[in-house]
Amino acid sequence: MKETTYIKRPNRTLFIYALIYLAFLYIPVLFLPLFSFNDSIYIAFPFVGFTTKWYSQMYHNEPMFAALLNSIRVGGATSVIATLLGVFGAKAVTRYRMPGKPVAMFIIMLPLVIPGIIMGVALLIVVSRSGIPLSLYTVTLGHILVCVPFAMATLIPRFEGFDRSMEEAAADLGENAWWTFWRVTFPIVFPGILASLLLCFTISFDEFIMAFFLAGTDPTLPIYIFSQLRFPAKLPGVLAMGALILVVSFFVVVFSQWLRLRNSNDITSSGI
Amino acid sequence: MSGDESYIQISDVSKHFGPVVAVDNISVSIARGEFFSLLGSSGCGKTTLLRMLAGFESPTTGEIYIDGLPMSEKAPHHRPTNMVFQSYAIFPHLDVRQNIAFGLRTEKVSKEEANSRVDETLELVKLTGFGDRRSNELSGGQRQRIALARALIKHPKVLLLDEPLGALDKKLREEMQIELRSLQQSLGITFIFVTHDQEEAITLSDRIAVMSEGKALQIGSPKDLYNTPVSVEVADFIGQMNFVDAEVLDVKSGVAVIDTSGLGKVKIPTSADFAQKGARGVVAIRPEKLKISEKKSGALKNAVEGTLKSASYYGNRSHYHVTVEGSDQPMAVASQEVDIASGNTLDSDTPVWLSWEDGALILLPQPPA
Repeated sequence: MKETTYIKRPNRTLFIYALIYLAFLYIPVLFLPLFSFNDSIYIAFPFVGFTTKWYSQMYHNEPMFAALLNSIRVGGATSVIATLLGVFGAKAVTRYRMPGKPVAMFIIMLPLVIPGIIMGVALLIVVSRSGIPLSLYTVTLGHILVCVPFAMATLIPRFEGFDRSMEEAAADLGENAWWTFWRVTFPIVFPGILASLLLCFTISFDEFIMAFFLAGTDPTLPIYIFSQLRFPAKLPGVLAMGALILVVSFFVVVFSQWLRLRNSNDITSSGI
Repeated sequence: MSGDESYIQISDVSKHFGPVVAVDNISVSIARGEFFSLLGSSGCGKTTLLRMLAGFESPTTGEIYIDGLPMSEKAPHHRPTNMVFQSYAIFPHLDVRQNIAFGLRTEKVSKEEANSRVDETLELVKLTGFGDRRSNELSGGQRQRIALARALIKHPKVLLLDEPLGALDKKLREEMQIELRSLQQSLGITFIFVTHDQEEAITLSDRIAVMSEGKALQIGSPKDLYNTPVSVEVADFIGQMNFVDAEVLDVKSGVAVIDTSGLGKVKIPTSADFAQKGARGVVAIRPEKLKISEKKSGALKNAVEGTLKSASYYGNRSHYHVTVEGSDQPMAVASQEVDIASGNTLDSDTPVWLSWEDGALILLPQPPA
């Protein structure tokens, strides 16, 4: 027996390709934290010196914090509502026989492929025509529309993945639909719900186009950052904020992946 | 209240899934405390019928009564039935005790009572000491017992079992068969048991409904089904059977004179409607009801000559295949007679005589082509 099978045979070309790919993907991102410690308002080599003043400056930048808070609020509301709708939708399409299911699924998933700018303009027209003032609420509305397909796509495999006779067993043992959901369905799909919450929050948090059209006077963070690009002096502060967000998202992603793996192990090993 | 004899009444029940007829107009009464099996190959409608009893499907037409009460308006959680699922459906997020105690929440029992009932049930299914295990730490047999315990703790009037032993290996399955049977007898609960394994159904059941394509072909005790099947399909499904084509020559005072291709001219008492002069049919005989001998002895009334094709010895019994003129299928013979089974080995292509007693032959209608 040779150690190197066809699959395991080392392939130098592929290895180099993979390295270049990873470099292309992540080096630009790493410039963000790097330049956030550079003691110059110009983002260019060579480094002028190490500083943490952009971080302390950011700390006193109240409009930026307001925008961050806005984004967190919109993201929170969006993720909760979109996930809730996603749970209902995923349960409906995986559990019930209903006419026109493929059509319903198609319509629900459609926002995934409609360009954000078209959705944004369309929603703006509807909202302004119906006299609703633009605000964080209209941004949230737009984000929910964008996020529901993602929530569905995250949750449907989870609902499909577990034996539906478990829900029947709960009903058989005396529980009505509500308690069956709380005692059996919810705990089993919970990792999916968590994943959906995180995903929807992330999508909403960095969504720009819809927010740009639908925001009123309160900007979300992406809109605020975009508006600051016109002022070179503000840019390092934006970099500092970006670096912090990068660190937080890194941990959130690691956590959610860990959660997903741990629970998918759980569900597969408990099969027959 | 209805009597014990028709504790469960399935009355003209059909179930359609779109154009597919899963259950086709079945009527049966099941007595209190009976071990009743629904037997058939996959797709015959047995599981659909069971699911209608549990309330997961509702009949398209007809009605199911349990203890005299119509069930069609009752949701699964309001029925006096509990089910053991084919996949067991053990809740993966709960440990063994929590799984078994699951159904007690709605019964509003005190914590002490719940605990003692769980202990009792664990003992009943021989899982004492396993209460704190996670469900993914258990073997197939143990999971099966939990599924059983979880249903039994509810003290159901009717226990529905959907191929509960299908996933177990042969030895464990035989053990569980014995346990299920003694459990059923000691608890006195009506069991409705779905299986595709005819041996399992025969071993366990008081009565069996043999199902095919949504219909109940025959309902009866294992003995009835074995000795007096009403169709070729049932006769073929339960145990082994030899069939030869037959034509009814005449019927006189309840006895049909039949010309068979292979067994000669025979007389079989019959009261079946199809047994009219000139009708085509099938004559069947069990392998163990055929006797094989090298010479035709004068005492044998019913005998035909044939040629031995193969013989297999199993110590206490022997199996032979004998071709007879007129039938393309060789006749299977199972013999326990020592003089042939041991020692005197019969060679292939030896001429032999097959004989049978009066009453061993069964006249069946021609199966639909």
